[in-house]
Amino acid sequence: MSPSQESSQTPSQTIGPFFAYGLTARQYAYPGAQVTDAIVADETVPGPRIRIEGRVLDGAGIAVPDALVEIWQAGPDGRYAADARGNSGFSGFGRQGTGTDPECRFSFVTVKPGSVGAEHAPHVNVIVFMRGLLSHLYTRLYFDDEASANARDPILALVPCSRAGNRSPARPSIASTSASRVPRRRCSSMSEHAG
Amino acid sequence: MSARSAADRDWDSHPPLLWPDYKSTALRAPQQPLVKIARGLSELTGPAYGGPPLTELDRDLTRNGRRNGEPLGERIIVTGRVLDETGAPVPNTLVEIWQANAAGRYVHVADQHDAPLDPNFVGAGRCLTDADGVYRFLTVKPGAYSWRNHPNAWRPNHIHFSLLGPAIASRLVTQMYFPGDPLLAFDPIFLGVPVAARERLIARFSLEATQPEYALGFLFDIVLRGAQGTLMETPFES
Repeated sequence: MSPSQESSQTPSQTIGPFFAYGLTARQYAYPGAQVTDAIVADETVPGPRIRIEGRVLDGAGIAVPDALVEIWQAGPDGRYAADARGNSGFSGFGRQGTGTDPECRFSFVTVKPGSVGAEHAPHVNVIVFMRGLLSHLYTRLYFDDEASANARDPILALVPCSRAGNRSPARPSIASTSASRVPRRRCSSMSEHAG
Repeated sequence: MSARSAADRDWDSHPPLLWPDYKSTALRAPQQPLVKIARGLSELTGPAYGGPPLTELDRDLTRNGRRNGEPLGERIIVTGRVLDETGAPVPNTLVEIWQANAAGRYVHVADQHDAPLDPNFVGAGRCLTDADGVYRFLTVKPGAYSWRNHPNAWRPNHIHFSLLGPAIASRLVTQMYFPGDPLLAFDPIFLGVPVAARERLIARFSLEATQPEYALGFLFDIVLRGAQGTLMETPFES
């Protein structure tokens, strides 16, 4: 194929129920490697340390036990890492399935991101894959101690007010709730950005 | 890594999120429309593989799960190029695959299909594309298996693919199918793809890629969203 020839996108297909030994082998105790895990920033990385925890809920409100959640975030300086696992101890990239926790939670250990550019409030990009989802979904997680930055954020402003209940940014003061809004966003305000 | 631009997700190529024939979509598809946003650094950057160097074993599924012999089944080579929408190769990007064994059974503990496990086959591999965007795996042809979506439901032979691509907007998870599989006509997951795009998920048999006296070769090229290149550092300032 010549480099100038335009090509059409390869269709997406569901990740299915059996991804664990392929994409998250270490987490699920299968043999084999895993490109990244729940540790997005190790203890050497300076900055406010946070834990992002939550569940993926289906349309009936039941926690999904076979979802895969990936996050991609900037560091405290607002810059994205060049490599998934660079020398700095900060990858910015996390991947975890919801099938090893009794309550189907995912959990990431990281540092709070800084603002990416002047307009954007600190946020974490979230990608959700699961059986029953033929194409993955993207959303963002914001922080509720960034009220003024959130008010200016052009992406957060796109979420219709009718879905305001699903816009509530995460509360860093209560770690266990910090990403629990993600599933609701999945059902109501997943971004199309990447879509 | 980063991308120069990310075209929209082309919904003429991708299956819809709600697809009633695939029963699990009913409660798992979003109930509200997606919100389209302007893409910035958050979407046009993405992780690059930075782990330990990958070895031949990582991409040879006929060897990386051995305990006391060779895995059973028909050995195959699966190779192709990862390209962006301009047709340019996507080099040095991570390709991860997982699949059932030759009998149609996954090693995953949740797989209850009544087919034998193979003690010498795990069914997972990974590799990086080379400078020309080429990836290559050795494996065995996965078997079909039944599932409970509808009466007498069977998944066609397939291999799951996951690709990082240059940015999170180019992230793709998909499945590769085999030419001539009679089950494709009955599979709601495959049939969720718009008609014109379905062929893109079916690998082509290639005598050229076939290794004499060893394994059949199949070609499967993958096109990711967007265009590669160096991203401007200040896309938001205008």
